[in-house]
Amino acid sequence: MTSAPAVEVSALRKAYGEKQAVDGLDLVVARGEIVAVLGPNGAGKTTTVEILEGFRERDGGDVRVLGEDPARAGRAWRSRLGVVLQSTDDLAEATVGELVRHFARFYPQARDADEVIDAVGLREKVRTRARQLSGGQRRRLDVALGIVGRPELVFLDEPTTGFDPQARRDFWDLVAGLREDGTTILLTTHYLEEAEHLADRVVVVNAGRVVAQGAPADLGGRTARQALVRWTTPDGPREERTDTPTALVRDLAGRYGEVPGLQVLRPTLEDVYLSLIGDAPATTPAAPVEPVEVAR
Amino acid sequence: MSTTHAGSTPRTRAAVPGTLALGLARTGYELRSFFRERDAVIFIFAYPVIMLAIFATVFGQDDASIELPSGQVPFAQYFLPGMVATGVMLTSFQNLAISIAVERDEGGLKRLRATPLPATAYFLGKIGQVLVNCTLQIAVLLAVAAVVFDVPMPQDAAHWATFVWVLLLGTASGAICGVAFSSLPRSGRSASAVVTPVVLVLQFISGVFFQFDQLPSWMQQVASVFPLKWMAQGMRSVFLPDEAAQLEVSGSWQHGAIAAVLLAWLVVGLVVGVRTFRWRRRDDG
Repeated sequence: MTSAPAVEVSALRKAYGEKQAVDGLDLVVARGEIVAVLGPNGAGKTTTVEILEGFRERDGGDVRVLGEDPARAGRAWRSRLGVVLQSTDDLAEATVGELVRHFARFYPQARDADEVIDAVGLREKVRTRARQLSGGQRRRLDVALGIVGRPELVFLDEPTTGFDPQARRDFWDLVAGLREDGTTILLTTHYLEEAEHLADRVVVVNAGRVVAQGAPADLGGRTARQALVRWTTPDGPREERTDTPTALVRDLAGRYGEVPGLQVLRPTLEDVYLSLIGDAPATTPAAPVEPVEVAR
Repeated sequence: MSTTHAGSTPRTRAAVPGTLALGLARTGYELRSFFRERDAVIFIFAYPVIMLAIFATVFGQDDASIELPSGQVPFAQYFLPGMVATGVMLTSFQNLAISIAVERDEGGLKRLRATPLPATAYFLGKIGQVLVNCTLQIAVLLAVAAVVFDVPMPQDAAHWATFVWVLLLGTASGAICGVAFSSLPRSGRSASAVVTPVVLVLQFISGVFFQFDQLPSWMQQVASVFPLKWMAQGMRSVFLPDEAAQLEVSGSWQHGAIAAVLLAWLVVGLVVGVRTFRWRRRDDG
């Protein structure tokens, strides 16, 4: 039973009036995998995730989440899921400790509340009311409530929106801890860095369907991944696109000795992503690309 | 890809926790949250006690009272039943209509919907909270009335029996209508602005702040459609002398009509509530 995928979606469709929000989307998430769903606003990410969570009815297609149809699944199924919604302002008057303990009671095999509080780093806030938490601490509380039931599959919807860089790093460590427990995670995010850091696989959704997927380092295929070598000649700057930058640099070094202005550039995940959703010219890393290797 | 080691946690799933136990847990949680929200405690819990004190003091100056053939009814005694009815309406209807609208708007309902908490347990928690609040509030109200304003309490079981059934039926229909009404405000912020005027108007036309028989008859007729008037009348039959029934518009306490109207609102609230209840905000699909 554990070998079946955690999530299986095929030809999923959902329309709101005239607008086809999800238009034949296919998605498989294996057990233990961390998958990041990327896409512009309105691409159908949230609609898809909410169908998987059982919040919305679909118009068509097959959906299996932990082996069941979310539209018909009951409490036992819910107790195997963890859902962390986009940030909310509820739960104001209860303390962290009370909330985690209270939510633990909903589940048949909950984690120990204190362990969960430690895991999300809220030990010092255990007696603090939710309304007094900072944005990052609040999000950690959301995660604590999402995982206290020992879920097999966790949905994280834009978990770090509005975080400062340190809070984001801490949050990633928290998710990494979940991965070690074998928890399957489906994550939506706007931060490519986050997807790159956390996900085994990135799924890019645009206009209601999957336009690309793969490991963060492979996304977009080889062409999108070609390195760009730049150097300066007496006639001005030159650049060449190549699959074998090392060979090219060796060749250049043979010609010039120390190559003036040498840069080897690789497209970032962001470049690849933008080209996939059509906001940038395909396969051309734009000028301000992050240098990955720089000659000495 | 690091997927091979994962999914290796075979679990035999235990049964999900019982609905009744969860309802009890929710009751505790709801009560704690309610009493931490200071403005709610004052406007819902303390309001009838404060109003009784003010009205009994203002109208009761110079020992003013309402004349009956066999004696007098002090204003504190005359207003107590209306304040009891108001208290029930506030802790049941106003409390739930506002708090559920706010919870929905803030995403709390959606969060709960994503957990295995059964809907029944959520509502049991609300009902439990309302029952405890109602009992406490009415106890304080009666204590203040008896100790501070010397209002005589009923001496026989029959009056107390009436008190209990009017209280329970009134609380039940108020709570159910509150749940149904909570879907009306468009946002949590507008909830008290939408709910409070309804409650206030009902208080004025239902004989809570005035002697009901002295209101214009069209106002009495409008009030007769709503449960507050009937709850107040039921409570008057408990706390006023039996002969005060002649001050009623019909000249009697009309226990049958009271039960019928409260029950009708309970059924209407239930039907409407079941059809309109939403776990998510309106703009959330």
